[in-house]
Amino acid sequence: MPAADGSAEEFRRRGHAVVVGASLAGLRAAETLREEGFAGTLTMIGDEPHEPYDRPPLSKQVLLGRTGAGDTLLPRRRALEARWLLGTAATGLDLAGRRVRLAGGEEVRYDRLLIATGTRARPWIKETEAALDGVLTLRTGDDAARLARRLDARPRRVLVIGAGFTGSEITSACRERGIDVTVAERGPAPLVGALGGVVGAVAAELHHAHGVDLRCGITVTALEGDPAGRLRCAHLSDGTTLEADAAVVALGAVRNTEWLAGSGLAAGPRGVACDAGCRAFDVHGIVTDDVFVAGDVARSPHPLFGYQFLSLEHWGNAVAQAEVAAHNMVSPGPERRPHLWLPAFWSAQFGINIKSVGVPPMGRELAIVQGSLAERRFAAVYGHQGRVIAAVTFDHGRWLPFYGRLIETAAPFPPDFAQVDRAPGGPRPIPAEFPDPALPTHGPTVTLSGYAPSERRVTFVPARV
Amino acid sequence: MDLNRCEAYAQCAFQAPDVFAMHGEEALMYEPCPGDERREQVMRAAASCPVQAILVEWPGGPAVPEGAATGARG
Ligand SMILES: Cc1cc2nc3c(=O)[nH]c(=O)nc-3n(C[C@H](O)[C@H](O)[C@H](O)COP(=O)(O)OP(=O)(O)OC[C@H]3O[C@@H](n4cnc5c(N)ncnc54)[C@H](O)[C@@H]3O)c2cc1C
Ligand code: SF4
Repeated sequence: MPAADGSAEEFRRRGHAVVVGASLAGLRAAETLREEGFAGTLTMIGDEPHEPYDRPPLSKQVLLGRTGAGDTLLPRRRALEARWLLGTAATGLDLAGRRVRLAGGEEVRYDRLLIATGTRARPWIKETEAALDGVLTLRTGDDAARLARRLDARPRRVLVIGAGFTGSEITSACRERGIDVTVAERGPAPLVGALGGVVGAVAAELHHAHGVDLRCGITVTALEGDPAGRLRCAHLSDGTTLEADAAVVALGAVRNTEWLAGSGLAAGPRGVACDAGCRAFDVHGIVTDDVFVAGDVARSPHPLFGYQFLSLEHWGNAVAQAEVAAHNMVSPGPERRPHLWLPAFWSAQFGINIKSVGVPPMGRELAIVQGSLAERRFAAVYGHQGRVIAAVTFDHGRWLPFYGRLIETAAPFPPDFAQVDRAPGGPRPIPAEFPDPALPTHGPTVTLSGYAPSERRVTFVPARV
Repeated sequence: MDLNRCEAYAQCAFQAPDVFAMHGEEALMYEPCPGDERREQVMRAAASCPVQAILVEWPGGPAVPEGAATGARG
């Protein structure tokens, strides 16, 4: 057991690194391990049968029919020399014995483990309805292939349930292909959980301008099939019925932590809690030294945001956190680094490039600092306790690094820049209109949760305190 | 593609129009696995991107070694 003495050098030379979850975070971590001189054995365990592929194109190019669902493999930064166990799910973890159990019953021993099992699409709540032909979700390449085939078959109407980023991108792709779409969103506007009601209202206008039948404040109460088991219609909470050939359930993601149940790790529905160095916590809130976490499944404290535990379902976070986790796996204590990445993501919908830095849902107020809501092209800065906490742009992406620096330097909010096209006195802050944080919304891509790392005694700390 | 980095300079779309295209004013659409005949174009595009948002790998370069439990690339 080379790393039993905790020697990073021993591990680097002869250890066994096991990565569970062979997608974006898993791949980039494995590459970083090798880049940093890890010469030991590397095992990649992934339950999907495919090599690591990229998900963002799945709801964009792939649905538009420009790219095949199988054609989004991630480019490799370097050769890995790894043992790949693909199509193989990890089903359990023995922390004391340092073993990962696999679906076939086999066990894989590790010296250091990286958990990168990400999330999956939240399924439709009623199983029999979810099983209807025409009821779909979108998370994997196979999901995208199924949905793209549906769209190729020219459905008369598609129902998109949930207007988060994924739902809105699906809606946008359908409209671009001339397919009629109805969107049912429980909240008051699309993207409201991630960006708030002010920006959500602009997203709603985009839907309307592109001919989407957008229904907010509405939930789907039932999906009904015909005798052959094909989706026929949906029943909505306002008492109406909607005929649709396909329904895409886009109600956010569920973290893949079930395989860790009973392992003693602080893993649960909100993810696997870890410290700023990506080391997993156990249920007692004690940090482990041989189990690391990265990507969508991780939940880690961020110094820029009051050490709140953040779960970031963002591509860039998966890459950055994987790099830090891998670095720390092969580095002795003093050389370890914290994961200080400034949250950022992009989305493309209705021909608009939406970008964000920071954590918008922490913002109470926002100020439009460039462009205007009316033009649907703008930069909005979000404030929290007198400082800039986030920025969101619609087709103003080039300015984002500037706003990123404001967040990193805790610049005051409301901002007062001389260089921006505003009246003297700076832009006027208005409430950002996030829904009550205690109420669930469809898939905010950032989840804020309490300080306590142990799931057993955790209390929910709302985004606004 | 790291579209967090992309600042929509459209250099890539200029160098490799079959692979990269602007969708609207700022959103970039691209073909994730372009064919070998686009290699030159794509290399030029990657080199011309002012923010290094494009990562390129071709078959023959790094790949999954023999014995991998998976199908072929692309
Ligand atoms: C359709 C879509 C569009 C997106 N668009 C954007 C975008 O525009 N911008 C942006 O910033 N982000 C976007 N994202 C989010 C981004 O893709 C994710 O943040 C990223 O994929 C996270 O990577 P990850 O490796 O942590 O997790 P994942 O990609 O979820 O990978 C986890 C892997 O682990 C596997 N796994 C799970 N459980 C087990 C187990 N028990 N044993 C073995 N393997 C297991 C899973 O099957 C999966 O392959 C999008 C996501 C989707 C689905
Ligand atoms: S050249 Fe780079 S910055 Fe410009 S559009 Fe292409 S990827 Fe984006």
